[in-house]
Amino acid sequence: MSATFRLPTGGLIDRETTLRFTFDGRPMTGHRGDTLASALLANGVHGTGTGIRYGRPRGIVAAGSEDPTSLVQIEQPFPEPMLTATTVELYDGLVARGLSGQGRLASEPDPARYDAKHVHCDVLVVGAGPAGLVAALTAARGGARVVVVDEQTRAGGALLGTREYLDERPSAEWVAGIVAELRNTPGVLVLERTTAFGVYQDGFVLALQRRTDHLGFDAPADTARQRVWRIRAKQTVLATGAHERPVVFADNDRPGIMLAGSARTYLHRYGVLPGTRAVVFTTNDSAYTAAIDLARAGMDVAMVVDARPVAPGVLAARCHARDIEVRAGHAVTGTGGGDRVTDVRIAPMPGTDGTADTVDCDTLLVSGGWNPVVHLFSQARGRLRYDSGLGAFVPGGEPPAVGVAGSATGALDFASCVRQGRDAGRAAALAAGAAPAGEVVLPVSDTRTDAQPGLVLWRVPGEPAEGAPDTRFVDLQRDATVSDVLRATGAGLRSLEHVKRYTTIGTAHDQGKTSGTITAGLVAEALGTELSEQRPTTFRPPYTPVSFAALAGRDRGGLHDPARVTALHPWHVAHGALFEDVGQWKRPWYFPLPGEDMDAAVLRECRAAREGVALMDGSTLGKIDLRGRDAGSFLDMLYTNKMSALKVGGIRYGVMCGVDGMVIDDGTVIRLAEDRFLVTTTTGNAAMVLDWMEEWLQTEWPHLDVYATSVTEHWATIPLVGPRSRDVLAGLAPGLDAGNEAFGFMEWRDTVLDVGAGVPARVCRISFSGELAYEINVTAWHGLAVWEALMAVGERYGITPYGTETMHVLRAEKGYPIIGQETDATVTPQDLGMSWAVSKKKADFIGKRSFARAENNRPDRKQLVGLLPVDPDLRLPEGAQVVDTDRLPQPPVRMLGHVTSSYRSAALGRTFALAVVRSGRERVGETLHVPVGDDLVPVTVTESVFYDKEGARRDG
Amino acid sequence: MQLIPCPWCGPREETEFHYGGQAHVAYPEDPSALTDQEWAQYVFFRDNPSGPFAERWSHSAGCRRWFNAVRDTRTHDLLSVHRIGEPVPDLGEKDEVVS
Repeated sequence: MSATFRLPTGGLIDRETTLRFTFDGRPMTGHRGDTLASALLANGVHGTGTGIRYGRPRGIVAAGSEDPTSLVQIEQPFPEPMLTATTVELYDGLVARGLSGQGRLASEPDPARYDAKHVHCDVLVVGAGPAGLVAALTAARGGARVVVVDEQTRAGGALLGTREYLDERPSAEWVAGIVAELRNTPGVLVLERTTAFGVYQDGFVLALQRRTDHLGFDAPADTARQRVWRIRAKQTVLATGAHERPVVFADNDRPGIMLAGSARTYLHRYGVLPGTRAVVFTTNDSAYTAAIDLARAGMDVAMVVDARPVAPGVLAARCHARDIEVRAGHAVTGTGGGDRVTDVRIAPMPGTDGTADTVDCDTLLVSGGWNPVVHLFSQARGRLRYDSGLGAFVPGGEPPAVGVAGSATGALDFASCVRQGRDAGRAAALAAGAAPAGEVVLPVSDTRTDAQPGLVLWRVPGEPAEGAPDTRFVDLQRDATVSDVLRATGAGLRSLEHVKRYTTIGTAHDQGKTSGTITAGLVAEALGTELSEQRPTTFRPPYTPVSFAALAGRDRGGLHDPARVTALHPWHVAHGALFEDVGQWKRPWYFPLPGEDMDAAVLRECRAAREGVALMDGSTLGKIDLRGRDAGSFLDMLYTNKMSALKVGGIRYGVMCGVDGMVIDDGTVIRLAEDRFLVTTTTGNAAMVLDWMEEWLQTEWPHLDVYATSVTEHWATIPLVGPRSRDVLAGLAPGLDAGNEAFGFMEWRDTVLDVGAGVPARVCRISFSGELAYEINVTAWHGLAVWEALMAVGERYGITPYGTETMHVLRAEKGYPIIGQETDATVTPQDLGMSWAVSKKKADFIGKRSFARAENNRPDRKQLVGLLPVDPDLRLPEGAQVVDTDRLPQPPVRMLGHVTSSYRSAALGRTFALAVVRSGRERVGETLHVPVGDDLVPVTVTESVFYDKEGARRDG
Repeated sequence: MQLIPCPWCGPREETEFHYGGQAHVAYPEDPSALTDQEWAQYVFFRDNPSGPFAERWSHSAGCRRWFNAVRDTRTHDLLSVHRIGEPVPDLGEKDEVVS
């Protein structure tokens, strides 16, 4: 199909390249340099979809990111929902369709790459229109490191949509000259297709660069498709331009109704006419230029309807010269048509003489004035002020390190814009420490500036007929009308923030770029207040939509959060372990044999540990090397028991509390030398405990001679557990006497393992299972070899690897709590039944004073106990509540506590659980109940130790 | 994203830092000599002013040093930063500084 609305010449498109694309199933063509919107218009397509609430046809309204309605779904090359046709660059093979409502997210993973880049600069210039270019050049010539970001595919800003001459040359030449100089200046970075979407504190600006979107199927797979630039600028100049504002009237939403300046952009930038016969409705001079340019390009422009009582003389005369009727003092009161506007009704403004009329057309161009783009300025906490002449909010007070230039200030004429650009560029460079030298010569435009002030008109007077729906749309995307705004104010809402939330105006993808100011005006009108008294709604990032993929960048999949694996990990993988995430660590959960489920595997692993020999990977335990003269006394303050009394060669279990007396961690401390300890922490708390130590050492006791170093990854740690563990160790450590006499419980020895050329090892006699056990520590480098040697030596004893689940069952059978599972920051050592680990002799330690608080001594505190379900096959769900009634009353039901751990035990031949229960220790022997599903299950309260209460097994 | 001037490393992004609450709340010399109420005051009670506030920060993802800072809670502006042990200088509004 031929592009019937494409002019034979003109525009910044590459006519040599024909691009094929499909829209709503229709094959069409366009050119490189087109947007999807301009290509659609060239093919005579205005309508792109239907409104979300009322299903009315909607189309292309603007030529940039402010467009409220041209939402499309990209189907190929990759599904992407809800992009505006005005911002999608056309490429060959694009398949898209118009949207009626929401889009469709891709169901397959996005194959594209996204990344981020940091850049620091003296001056960041946002916007490469005339003001921004002059600002950037001024700063760059002064030696400042400058970054220029611009949303468009090429620099020029508003000039791209005009046929302005600067210094009697086409404006494009002037733009190209400046861009070339900027690009050739060392330390200057010019980024096109890059939208600054968020301004944050201290000169931090985020910008999204679309690097390969426009290449479609030809996008190289190894190039990041989009990049988030994280810019830190000493000074920022916002030259973000202005958006044209529509006027609200009845049936203002039909396809074919477009902003006048945007139509001019389609003409000059893309060589496209928006239709065959146009009516222009305006409140200011700018739309006359659009009318004249379009007529000159061959479009039938029937009429300019100017709401002002008097039309601007010179411009009106130029219209007449082209047979364009100018109707001053009139307004468009309605439109006709179905899928596209077919006619407009005009009527005199109140107080003006004239006659109502209907004019046939397929295009209605509207201009209600211009809104400075103050989004980023507002995000930077700049103050906004209402300008009653412009009918817009303008920058009213610049925050530190931010300048504004060009039409973003409300300036309407070229000369002011470039002058502001030069001033802002110089000020920014000076403030950043550069020294602007060469004066930038400001160009002179041939275009006449506004001669006659515009009229501020939010909506055309008139009400819908009684009973008829209101079709005066304020926010076209949200389908919100004038009546919706009046309903909000009628309900008593006065603040724009409230009206925004009540009507949803400004909450769509466009963030109300074309509707926000009008809403403010309508609210002020309805309340009979001045707009200057209204505070505009807060602008928040992002300025334009940013995909989550871009924000995530490289931080996806395996790079989202690092997975920490131990030196033994490859063995676990090769032997079919299932893994459990503990913090960032991957820990073997259990090692199922073929055909085993988790229960079967865990029962087998438990049996091996209790009856034979088993081993696990304990390398993830946090390990902190503590050195210094005062290390012992420091540990005395940190732990509830007396670590300084520990002899070299000894090990002690310790509990650590916060100042509130609640348990925060536990672990073993081994004394390596008079001035050196190795502290172990729970896997998940290693970083916390190191931080905790540093905090006290630096902020409270800086005089102590203590140094804390994390050595978690330095060691591979292998608990060797079970009655036959001594035999296995003996087979591997011939030089070590592992008998009870020579190597007692809670002692450690250094030895050399008979592995390879000999591996130095530290063996600790500690047990988290109650069985005879040796914890073998070697450097991580030797971990795998030692593990394999243990498996080989232990083979004749049926050595069995086990995972965290078995570890949990074994320790729970012994009533050993896990900090973070049995505890939740409200549990004291006494609650855990660990008074034995709390020193009575030490004058002080962290948490001690809190133990004496009345609250800590209440007899009804929750205490750790065991629970045995009356049904020995029933495993209680962890987290289930414990109650003391056998029939549930109406809520609320008093809960006594909750189940913290629950397992099936091989040793006990039944299920069992740990729980924290109010006055739990007094209740031993009582029957309580636990709701499980719809049932109340009876359980017997027991002491927390289920297995080997005498501790007879730990010596083998 | 705010820049926080670490007194050892210079300005760094706020995500590198960890907040440590009110500064200059010393661990009591002899906790056992305190009444329950005095101890509770130390454990549970902190000031929450609107305005300059002396607080602790740790450059946790940088040099890992703790330091003190005076921050205006209304604006988040860090009015000054101090290494541990350095006195809080006269800010001109010292009466307002809660420490």
